Amino acid sequence: MGDFSAETISHIDRKYIQDLLSKGERVDSRAFDEYRDIEIEVGVVAAKSEGSAIARIGDTRVIAGVKVLVGEPYPDTPDEGVTMVTAEMAPIASPLFEVGPPKEDAIELARVVDRGVRESETVDVKGLVIEPGKKVYMVFCDLYTLEYDGNLIDACSLAANAALLNTRFPEMKLEDEELVQTGRELEIPIKNLAVECTVSKIGEHLVIDPVLKEEMVQDCRLTMAIDTNNHFTAMQKGGGSGPISMAQIEHAMDMALEKAEDLRKLIYEATGRKV
Amino acid sequence: MSPEVKPDYLISPEGLRLDGRRPDELRPIEFEVGVLKTADGSAMIKQGKTHIIAAVYGPRELHPRHLTLNDKAYLRCVYRMATFSVPDRKRPAPSRREREISMVITNALEPALFLEDFPRAVVDVFIQVIQADGGTRCAAINAASLALADAGIPMRSLVPAVAVGKADGTLIVDLGDMEDKYGEGDVPMAILPSTGEITLLQQDGSFTKEELLEAMQMGLNACKYIHELQKEALKRAYLKRAPEAGSEGEDEEEDYEDDLETDLGESELPEEEE
Repeated sequence: MGDFSAETISHIDRKYIQDLLSKGERVDSRAFDEYRDIEIEVGVVAAKSEGSAIARIGDTRVIAGVKVLVGEPYPDTPDEGVTMVTAEMAPIASPLFEVGPPKEDAIELARVVDRGVRESETVDVKGLVIEPGKKVYMVFCDLYTLEYDGNLIDACSLAANAALLNTRFPEMKLEDEELVQTGRELEIPIKNLAVECTVSKIGEHLVIDPVLKEEMVQDCRLTMAIDTNNHFTAMQKGGGSGPISMAQIEHAMDMALEKAEDLRKLIYEATGRKV
Repeated sequence: MSPEVKPDYLISPEGLRLDGRRPDELRPIEFEVGVLKTADGSAMIKQGKTHIIAAVYGPRELHPRHLTLNDKAYLRCVYRMATFSVPDRKRPAPSRREREISMVITNALEPALFLEDFPRAVVDVFIQVIQADGGTRCAAINAASLALADAGIPMRSLVPAVAVGKADGTLIVDLGDMEDKYGEGDVPMAILPSTGEITLLQQDGSFTKEELLEAMQMGLNACKYIHELQKEALKRAYLKRAPEAGSEGEDEEEDYEDDLETDLGESELPEEEE
């Protein structure tokens, strides 16, 4: 196989990958519905961040850190805290990532991962209130890519969820309009957990957890966030403009439903916390 | 300032929605093609209170050059919301939401275009949301594909789009702003009518697999209806522009109308076969 330091792929490599798929094989000899090895490690930034995790899927690796700050609630939701997930495609992770302000794909990554966490109502924002309308906890989960070999979204989703479950922060209260620590330590109130699962469409084939080489030849990908009730809480077709049929979407949904439970278990095992 | 109040219910006891629509009923849609003189192609859509204008420039020379594609034209869609289009004043700088939507709109439109006919060029699609009342990305796609056709960009077909979703447990088509904000989920989608393939698909909220598939089927049907409206709008624009539809051209005009009816009839055929 050629080198993949540029955003193009040779016709030979393209055809090689497609030929393999039509024989029922993948470039790294996985089954179509098989994830690469996944590892999740929590508490990797224990001294300075309130929660953290590194998630690795094959040679894709991302680090997530959570900071919990105290701030004012949004005027339209005075009795809710704030959660926000951001992601950066740092140039450290791949020759394909450039220095400078985030491009469309980085914005998409951040927004899709954020949607996975927010739409599933993973964090119970009502439980993040110190004084309604005045002070609430603001939970920021920031993701940095370390190594990129395809399927960043799923890796980011694993890392973000693991970091949120790993978070411990000091309880605060308002005394005479002053913030003081109560000395107790809190966990983030979690009421649901949605993992994201990405299926890549290459020609007529659907493969889960694409590696970079597969992403380069894919028509499009479909990312699905699946929560503890096996409900779909977010979806995104991206990764190319190729169209996808209803039948293929249904097939992709089945593939994702099958894997979601396993992914959630990995997060529970790594964090020792279950939802 | 237009303060918003959360409605008590989205689906009334009679099974009707806030604006009196049935669950599978679209808002009134008004298309107009060729609304801007300077653009190579343009179109306007009013879908309920949502109001959007799309303009197409190109194929033309691409700047900056490093974006050049050697085997096809670069499709550059820019979705922007006016500061006054939403209840609070939107910040004028492009938001991350606007940039993501620009990207998914590009992906939704590209499969319909023969961009390979114009290597190294750019086709610019500028979308301005004048008033936003839910479903703007889908309405934008509806208008943009008409603007592309108006600009004479070779296309396989127009691209209709609609948002489906769920409110108070009922699956609904073409979400309004309140249904988007307070409903249980939103699934914007766009299709290629000729194959029924999906070119835009996003989702938020909470759905079971069965609900999602049913909602998408409702969306598919709504898209086919919108596609008919788009074709009518396009033909209307060119009837208006047809030269000398005057005294002795009167027969000619009737011919056009005949065409219109036959065409619409034919496109309904495949649906009947299903």
